[in-house]
Amino acid sequence: MSDRNRTLIDPILVSNPVTLQVLGICSALAVTTSLSTALVMSAALIVVLTLSNGIISLIRNHIPRSIRLIVQITIIASLVIVVDQLLQAYMFDMSKRLSVFVGLIVTNCIVLGRAEGFAMKNPPGASLLDGIGNGLGYALILVAMGTLRELLGAGTLMGHTILPAVADGGWFTPLGLMALPPSAFFLLGLLVWAIRMIRPEQAETAPNGKIGEEGE
Amino acid sequence: MASLNPLAWWRGFLRLPNDSPAKTAGVALLVALACSLVVSVTAVTLRPLQNANRLAESSAQLLEMLEAMGEGIPDTHMVELATGAYVNRDPGTTTELPAERDRAGLGSREDVATVYELRDAGKLRLVILPVRGAGYQSILKGYLALKADLNTVAALIFYEQDETPGMGARIEEDAWQALWPGKQVADAGGVIRIEVVKGAGAGLHEVDGISGATRTGNGVSRLLRFWLGPDGYGPYLDRLKTESSQ
Repeated sequence: MSDRNRTLIDPILVSNPVTLQVLGICSALAVTTSLSTALVMSAALIVVLTLSNGIISLIRNHIPRSIRLIVQITIIASLVIVVDQLLQAYMFDMSKRLSVFVGLIVTNCIVLGRAEGFAMKNPPGASLLDGIGNGLGYALILVAMGTLRELLGAGTLMGHTILPAVADGGWFTPLGLMALPPSAFFLLGLLVWAIRMIRPEQAETAPNGKIGEEGE
Repeated sequence: MASLNPLAWWRGFLRLPNDSPAKTAGVALLVALACSLVVSVTAVTLRPLQNANRLAESSAQLLEMLEAMGEGIPDTHMVELATGAYVNRDPGTTTELPAERDRAGLGSREDVATVYELRDAGKLRLVILPVRGAGYQSILKGYLALKADLNTVAALIFYEQDETPGMGARIEEDAWQALWPGKQVADAGGVIRIEVVKGAGAGLHEVDGISGATRTGNGVSRLLRFWLGPDGYGPYLDRLKTESSQ
């Protein structure tokens, strides 16, 4: 695989920011009660992450070290405000459902992590790809959890009935737990466990040994 | 030697060592300027669309409230607040409120307001008044629906507020709004008595406040008294009363 492809694909499957680095899980828990909110949140994060990586990479050679974090956060925060304003203008209901979580992308460790860890050292092209790749990696987990939680919690997908609920004359008893935040912890835990069973090298070693990357 | 050519000056700036104080200040200033420009342009260009969304939301809430009461689509009227008369045109002017009369904390209020009436064969059944006023940390906006006697509350809803979540923000909850129907606005003497109180609001004019949200509750009391009073819809309601007693 070429370097470019690795930059794009690796964060989706191999070094997924949510399951390997355990970054950005706060929003992964909060917005995955339904598939539609998970999709919009993923799109918002991909846009912010890609643009922030690109812009920071463009000016990386002129950012003084002493104020680099403030510069990065200023750029990220501005992008987040723009995305939030766009949602309020064009997807008003969705922006009400996502409430504060779009604004909280500013504090999402994936965005600052990629800015500091990748965009500051790499040219704009590669940084854009890295942003898209990491955004898609986050999106993959969110969409998987959103699908499971909406399907098991309400019997619907994107608001369309898939499993007819008992209350509406069907056979499916919705699992109330799936609509609550703890279920996201359980699902995320099972997912991380499954991935580390398949790829044992991702598991963190014992406390006295080498410890893997950790976040939030 | 320093050149006056701006391009050469710019190149010189970029060539400065990154950690020099001049470059640090310059980069900080430029990033701040560029970011604030982008944010302000977005906010200003999108504001009309966002306001239209909020307006659509408030009329949707109004229709939902009417539907919950089993009512249809109301007639819309513009009312000159000072006289209570119907007018055809909103001049868009406002009147400053002196502090002692400004109970709702608005500073000024519009001269012409939009009200909604539901009538059966010309006989008034329901009147819906948009109300707003200062709560604890935000302006509360809502609709007050009065029955034909213009004294019994049919409903009170709030559709826009930014109070403390879990405390004052609960005025938007159905459970609290359900306490309002049937309450009396004024006593037999015509004095406006409606009030949000601490503890169980048992009286005809009292509504049980939300624990921990005393100041939001006080804001609701004050804004209702303001809008039902002489500076609000008072003259208009008086006119409707004389009309129905004839």
